[in-house]
Amino acid sequence: MAEKDVLTGEHFIHGDAACAEGGLAAGCRFFAGYPITPATEVAERMARRLPEVGGIYIQMEDEIASMAAILGASWGGVKSMTSTSGPGFSLMMENIGLGMMTETPCVVVNIQRGGPSTGLPTLVGQADVMQARWGSHGDYGCIAVSPASPQECFDLTILAFNLSEMYRQPVFVLADEVVGHMTEKVIIPPREQIHVAQRAKPAVERSKYLPFESTGPMPAPMAIAGDGYHVHVTGLTHDERGYPVITDAVQERNVRHIVEKVRMNAHNIIRVDEVALEDADVVVIAYGCTSRVARQAVEDMRRKGHRVGLLRLVTLWPFPSNIVRRLAGQVKAFVVPEINYGQMALEVERTAGGRAETVLMGLMGGSIHSPQEIQEVVGQYL
Amino acid sequence: MKRHFRDIVPFDQDSADRAIEEGHGLHPLDEYLKPGRIPHIWCPGCGLGVVLTTYIEAIRRKGIPVDKCVVVSGIGCTGRVAGYLDMDTYHTTHGRAIPFATGLALVRPDLHVTVFSGDGDLFAIGGNHLIHGARRNINLNVICVNNFNYGMTGGQAGPTTPVDARTSTTPMGNAEPGFNLPHLAHASGAVYVARWTTFHPRQLVHSITETFDKKGFTFIEVIAPCPTGYGRPNKLGSGLEEMRYYKEMSEVRNGADPSKAEIRLKGKILCGTFINVERPDFLETYNNLVIAKAQGRDKGKAA
Repeated sequence: MAEKDVLTGEHFIHGDAACAEGGLAAGCRFFAGYPITPATEVAERMARRLPEVGGIYIQMEDEIASMAAILGASWGGVKSMTSTSGPGFSLMMENIGLGMMTETPCVVVNIQRGGPSTGLPTLVGQADVMQARWGSHGDYGCIAVSPASPQECFDLTILAFNLSEMYRQPVFVLADEVVGHMTEKVIIPPREQIHVAQRAKPAVERSKYLPFESTGPMPAPMAIAGDGYHVHVTGLTHDERGYPVITDAVQERNVRHIVEKVRMNAHNIIRVDEVALEDADVVVIAYGCTSRVARQAVEDMRRKGHRVGLLRLVTLWPFPSNIVRRLAGQVKAFVVPEINYGQMALEVERTAGGRAETVLMGLMGGSIHSPQEIQEVVGQYL
Repeated sequence: MKRHFRDIVPFDQDSADRAIEEGHGLHPLDEYLKPGRIPHIWCPGCGLGVVLTTYIEAIRRKGIPVDKCVVVSGIGCTGRVAGYLDMDTYHTTHGRAIPFATGLALVRPDLHVTVFSGDGDLFAIGGNHLIHGARRNINLNVICVNNFNYGMTGGQAGPTTPVDARTSTTPMGNAEPGFNLPHLAHASGAVYVARWTTFHPRQLVHSITETFDKKGFTFIEVIAPCPTGYGRPNKLGSGLEEMRYYKEMSEVRNGADPSKAEIRLKGKILCGTFINVERPDFLETYNNLVIAKAQGRDKGKAA
């Protein structure tokens, strides 16, 4: 039973399936979801695979319920995930907020398609980047990873689970339709080579345990249902015990904790791929499927002797401000190809602070950039 | 950017401990209440205290350890029940108690998961979750406190407000009929359906103890007074007078057809255990059908 959770070996699978396999390898044993293109294949894979390892797959009545169910399962002590795309992601925002406020680990896979509204169900988009960051009301820290290949769908889903357990909050795998539906070789390593974070349990007796304490600024270990700690978990502003307290002082502490635990630990969370940045005059900043095209464009231009680099964002949030700020003093321009009207480009421009030009190459969705298009724009700033 | 915030006021463990020492343990049921959470927020005459007490009495009578009890609630006055009970309690988003509890109950079949919420939470914003929870027959005990209005927000009309009833958003009288909750729960597939009023605490305790023994989705509606939000505009009097109304106008008929349980303004209230049937719950079917097939345990069985 247990040996089936990590399918060690070489596979030829699509990104959606690799997200499911990553979840299983990370220890996910509960999946609640709702069919939606282009993320349905994640659910389909889970529906077949979870029963093999004794886990539970349940198809809920909508994405609101799916998100609520994975929070409930997480408090039951089981690693849980869901998958969706734009319209479902919108519906999940309410309980994503609950997950942030109640510090509940879980993973949400979003295989992005073109929006807004029903948009382009079958075609690519990258326009949920800001929704992932700011989508639920109120302030909270956001962690989102962005795979650029089926292999990374596997690897980064595991990372997402590990980060969610470490920082006790929902973590997003922000993939896109191209990566989700792309079939490539995926290598699943032996179990002992996969790092899986286990949930920390409280080590103190009940009268000393503060389930929502902030320590430096990390979350407290999590007592799950039935552990005997009698925790009250609420979406209301709460003190360290979890008791609702409707005052500005407690709100100040509560919200700052759930923001700062990500902000102050950003250096431990951020992952980027730096390609030929040392002497670059122009740097392309890209993520997801777009980063594959951008890499081609950059490598071609390098071969021709142009001083071009690529900063590939593996984590989208927290944003690698320090790296971009450092590069802003070196380069003439950042070229940001993305499949939206300029979401990550805003963050780049803000961080560059006017020291380097930010050039958005936006596509509204349904197609990807060509390396030639990127080279043309980059060429204008060399 | 540079950031300026106010200093954080650290949690005062000593004063929290002192409050518990001074105020906790005076009431015989305090061992079931979270230390330092009383006084509660409910209005004088509200029926929620009765419902909370009957739930505690039911777990006490059944001898279920509190470590095995979990309460999940939504938003509203009834949603606050969770926060007072000394057990693992989850106060979720508006209408979403049932799907949250679904995830919890499915991964922890060893726990008794009870959903406490109001009529607006469970049947308006959460109505879809309730019918699907009942259809799937998730092992959950749902206790719905029906006070015919949204009390927490100050007495607005909801999905149970009867035709012609006055609320702050139906000042000329409600144009919509209210749901018949037992009928809806039964039609959706609940294996146990009962209705009591807060005038029937003994029957209610008995019903709750019965649901602890049931596998599957059980539903108990408790009619409760809301003198502040619903009683006043409809001239139902104080909480005590509403109890008198329940005494005079309720009719106990166990086994009655839930389709006949509609409630009209100041009308008769049909009470009793209407439905008590057996049906495999989700996990039983999932384990026997899905997991058995996936793990090849059903091999050799006749197809």
